[in-house]
Amino acid sequence: MSPSAASTDEIQTIVAARFLADTRTVFIGVGRPSTAAILARMVHNPSLVLIYESGTIGAKPFHIPLSIGDGELAETADAVVSVPEMFNYWIGPGRVDVAFLGAAQVDRYANLNSTVIGDYEHPKTRLPGAGGAPEIASNCGEVIVVAAHNRRTLVEKLDFVTTVGHGDGPGSREALGLRGRGPTAVITDLGVLEPDPQTKQLRLTQLHEGVSAEQVREATGWDLAVADEPRITQAPSDQELEALRELLAR
Amino acid sequence: MAEILELSQAVAELVHDGDSVALEGFTHLIPFAAGHELLRQGRRDLELIRMTPDLLYDQMIGMGAARRLVFSYGGNPGVGSLHRFRDAIENGWPHAIEIEEHSHAGMANRYAAGAADLPFAVLRGYAGTDLAARTAVRFIECPFTGERLAAVAALRPDVAIVHAQEADREGNVSLWGIPGVQKEAILASRRSLVTVERIVDRIEPRPGALTVPGWAIDVVAAAPGGSQPSYSQGVTERDNDFYRRWDEISRDRERFAEWMEENVIASVGAR
Repeated sequence: MSPSAASTDEIQTIVAARFLADTRTVFIGVGRPSTAAILARMVHNPSLVLIYESGTIGAKPFHIPLSIGDGELAETADAVVSVPEMFNYWIGPGRVDVAFLGAAQVDRYANLNSTVIGDYEHPKTRLPGAGGAPEIASNCGEVIVVAAHNRRTLVEKLDFVTTVGHGDGPGSREALGLRGRGPTAVITDLGVLEPDPQTKQLRLTQLHEGVSAEQVREATGWDLAVADEPRITQAPSDQELEALRELLAR
Repeated sequence: MAEILELSQAVAELVHDGDSVALEGFTHLIPFAAGHELLRQGRRDLELIRMTPDLLYDQMIGMGAARRLVFSYGGNPGVGSLHRFRDAIENGWPHAIEIEEHSHAGMANRYAAGAADLPFAVLRGYAGTDLAARTAVRFIECPFTGERLAAVAALRPDVAIVHAQEADREGNVSLWGIPGVQKEAILASRRSLVTVERIVDRIEPRPGALTVPGWAIDVVAAAPGGSQPSYSQGVTERDNDFYRRWDEISRDRERFAEWMEENVIASVGAR
């Protein structure tokens, strides 16, 4: 019997997992990025190396961890290192291929805010703050952002630049001395945005099944460019859906 | 060699009102028992330093023990907000606190510089972020290559408090699992307290374990279960259900105060 139709959340996670099909090493933030990376190991890429900022390198969690430092991550890791070692020997030199990050706000250059909503001194909402994101995003080979698609998240202007994506456009990363390639995709529950090679501005390049470009533009806080012929997300396979549901039920 | 004391005596001797205190433990080995003892003894006006404030500093901030907070990630991992931390910053409850925030890389390097007794550490970081203007970071030129690098000041807390699995009777400490910045925090601080799950006659060698010699530690105190609801690898498990429940307990000021009174202030040894 085939599984029931996929929800938009499931599609987002499944699409994110597909991005890791040929990746060697991935640095993972907590939440959906973690679910997607574990799913990628189950379905596409069993040798994918999962790295969490708690210092666990090559973790093989059976369950989705609640925190980035759950015991199962340390127990199953190839190596467990201190936080200074994680940032200075592994992240800083660019040894990790892909960073999978979330954020509260994303702008058109895929810069990220996870610090405050509103004014810094008198915030409307105080968010957790930077964590590892700024240096992870500047030094990993590339960055894939997993975010909710609505006007509160995809905004014209960030309230605070916690993490630099493509700065204010072409040449920004180079001028700042950021060594990784920066964001290569923003995966949302509606589709996928990728930076235009010339302008570095995000544009809509992929639509999940049943979603229109107009709907995506409506849910975006800036005047979003659309690729000539956006790809349509391939429907989740039974194998992907069953694996994801089994993982979430563990 | 470290002195072995009861936890209450250790806290009374090492921590004073107004001190800068780093209770470390990166998700793992968070010294809840010692933090709760600080609250029971009514310590005030503290500069609280911690990479991830976590539930422990949420509790200490909510109880009014903090004057200042130095941190890099103030969330309840995988759950959401730290409501007492937010209430203090957004609404000044129970009183306003000063904050100084960094990235994890910045904080980790500040501890490492403190442990090495160097004035600062260098890293590739902060460039292009709004964080740079809001925190203690400077950009310097590498004297060898000319590369522009970030410099962050060493952390030198008055007191470090960390938890570990074992100590022997000389106060040599063994910890395993995620090491976080435990060693750096001890070596960066003027005084140090390590609480442990158990005190043993002889520490058995264990692959991957980190040993901190007793002569580099001031005081060791037994605190079985003292890192709960975080955990001590191989001894206790992270109480993820409690981390989820904290969201609801801490959301409301009165409910929080009642919970703290019942479970921490009036309850020695309880969580």
